[in-house]
Amino acid sequence: MINILLIIFIMTLFVCATAIRLRTFIKVIALQGVLLFGVFFIRLNEINTVNLILLLLETIIFKSIVIPYFLDYLIKKNKISRETEPYVSNFTSLFIVTGVILTSFYLASTLRGGFFENIYFVVAISTLFTGFYLIISRRKIITHVMSFIILENGVVVFSLAVGNEMPMLVNLGVLLDIFVTVFVLGIFANKIGDVFKEAEVHQLNRLRD
Amino acid sequence: MIIGLYLILTALIATALLSNRNKKVNYLMVTLFVAVQWIFTVFQFYYVNQSQLEYFTADAIGLLLLTVLSLLNTTSAYYSFIYLEKRGDTAKQRSSYFAAYVVLIASITCAYLADHVAIAWIFVELTTLSSSVLIYHRRTERTLEATWKYIFICSISVALIFMGILLLGLAVQQAKIGDLYYSNMMKNAVKLDKFWLKSAFLFIFTGYTVKAGLVPMYTAGIDAKDKAPSPAAAIFSSALMNVGFIGIFRMYAVVSKTNIVGWANTVMIISAISSIFIAAAYMIRVKSYKRMFAYSSIEHMGIVMLGLSMTGIGYFGAILHVILHSFTKAALFYQFGSVFRILKSKFIKETGGYFEKNISGALVLLLGFFMITAVPPSGMFVSEFMIFSSLFAKGYLWIIVLVGILLTVILWSFGENIFKLLFQKTGGEKEIKEPVEKISPMEAAPQFLLLFLVIYLGFFPPAAMVNLINAAIKLIH
Repeated sequence: MINILLIIFIMTLFVCATAIRLRTFIKVIALQGVLLFGVFFIRLNEINTVNLILLLLETIIFKSIVIPYFLDYLIKKNKISRETEPYVSNFTSLFIVTGVILTSFYLASTLRGGFFENIYFVVAISTLFTGFYLIISRRKIITHVMSFIILENGVVVFSLAVGNEMPMLVNLGVLLDIFVTVFVLGIFANKIGDVFKEAEVHQLNRLRD
Repeated sequence: MIIGLYLILTALIATALLSNRNKKVNYLMVTLFVAVQWIFTVFQFYYVNQSQLEYFTADAIGLLLLTVLSLLNTTSAYYSFIYLEKRGDTAKQRSSYFAAYVVLIASITCAYLADHVAIAWIFVELTTLSSSVLIYHRRTERTLEATWKYIFICSISVALIFMGILLLGLAVQQAKIGDLYYSNMMKNAVKLDKFWLKSAFLFIFTGYTVKAGLVPMYTAGIDAKDKAPSPAAAIFSSALMNVGFIGIFRMYAVVSKTNIVGWANTVMIISAISSIFIAAAYMIRVKSYKRMFAYSSIEHMGIVMLGLSMTGIGYFGAILHVILHSFTKAALFYQFGSVFRILKSKFIKETGGYFEKNISGALVLLLGFFMITAVPPSGMFVSEFMIFSSLFAKGYLWIIVLVGILLTVILWSFGENIFKLLFQKTGGEKEIKEPVEKISPMEAAPQFLLLFLVIYLGFFPPAAMVNLINAAIKLIH
């Protein structure tokens, strides 16, 4: 069951790579939240109630409801046009993301060690680097924020690999996730969006040599 | 327990600064904080290598950098008073500046002393938050741009470091050696799985390069140092860069006990050489002095990494270089605060003829130029000499030649810009309408003191410092 969820998770990365509309991105983020909850729920079976509530809050409430809703609100408030505006064509993106995923599968196949760690490793590394690639290849600042959220999801997936023995690390990761996301989104909502109306990267390039 | 007391006091002072906006109360609180920081530092020397509050240990490298931090904290607080006084900021801006400043210094302190990987990481994240308030101090569009870039790139780096910590966690779990304490991992490094350790090193190294100012993620730090007020920029390019250094150092201390140390050295050498190259390339075409200083910090961190990736005397040189670079760069940034007050510009083509307007300050810049470019009698000459001789001993002649050429380029462009600022008037200078501000020579005294320390510590290193550096080197071996 976990494998199915994780494979769907990887498939969402392809959707991200070819997404034309910002709304698609938001939907993918919401879906990833639900998938993460499923994986958490099955994997961390011997979990105490406090942790379970925290994880429920993080994945279902925060990742699939609050963040997508807030992103939607930001797009409406700042009247951001609905295209993702990549620098490269969708075909190239798809090609690169496939390359990233294949490379991480190859890396994992060289590993010894348990199967579980390896599959988490594959998903985490490919999500992380896809997030990186999306940040680099998109023009809008709001897309950067969304790609960052996807990148963070990759880290959260990997925290599951150590989750059973070191629950403190999982909790730390969840708290980091919530904290940083709120912080980054908050600054975007309060300052960047107001000051730079179009909120595109080329307006943020005055500091350079 | 003393560290708990320190944290509580700091939290109280920061709250007091935020809640009370009276100028006298603000200044009193910051002075109190400087005193607390010094007392705390002195006490740490009595608790060497003892676990405090379970997660903190004052080892040799932590103590060295903590002492440097406490000294720079004193001077930075003093120049912050002057900076805020002259700019005439509102009470709200002043209190938030000082509150962020106090939190920044305290979190740097804890990041130095933390023995647990995850605890160090939390305090590194806290330094990001508090420094972003300082960068945004002037509330302009450009500071907003710098703040946004800094926060965004630091958030990515924090995620990367966390990924590294998870990988370490996996390795520690498989080896069944307890928890993620640096001291524990150093002891049992051989038992850790090589692949997980390698990937953990890569992620943690890449993550900490944001703070340390190395390739690949140096960019955010440049904008931050450019846009922050100069007393804060001084801390950013000294004590805050040392946070990145100590993060890499401790991770390297774990890796150095295993047989992947050669691989880690290669990673560090690549990062070091490309950092020096980037610094040289940008310093030729840099437009403002603050950015030039920031790129120079990148160059020096590159040299430090070269030393750390060698053996023997290279380690000693690297640690000494970190200390001396902190003093020199801080002095230069402080002096640049005065330059800006007199010439009203930080751009190279708009400034000139500083020598006739402020002799004491010009002398600081001149002396600072010789110190930072490691021209004798600079103490940094000694540390760079150590690093180069360790390179020579290991037979890396091509690195010596390459870095030598790059350092010459840096020396040339640094000198050209500084001498233009000091002596030359080319006609493109900014018109200064109001009468030039007279700055008392006493204001430059702390800067002279810092630069004097650079000479003194380089050529006549006190026995206490040498012992501490040697103890720090023992952590690696």
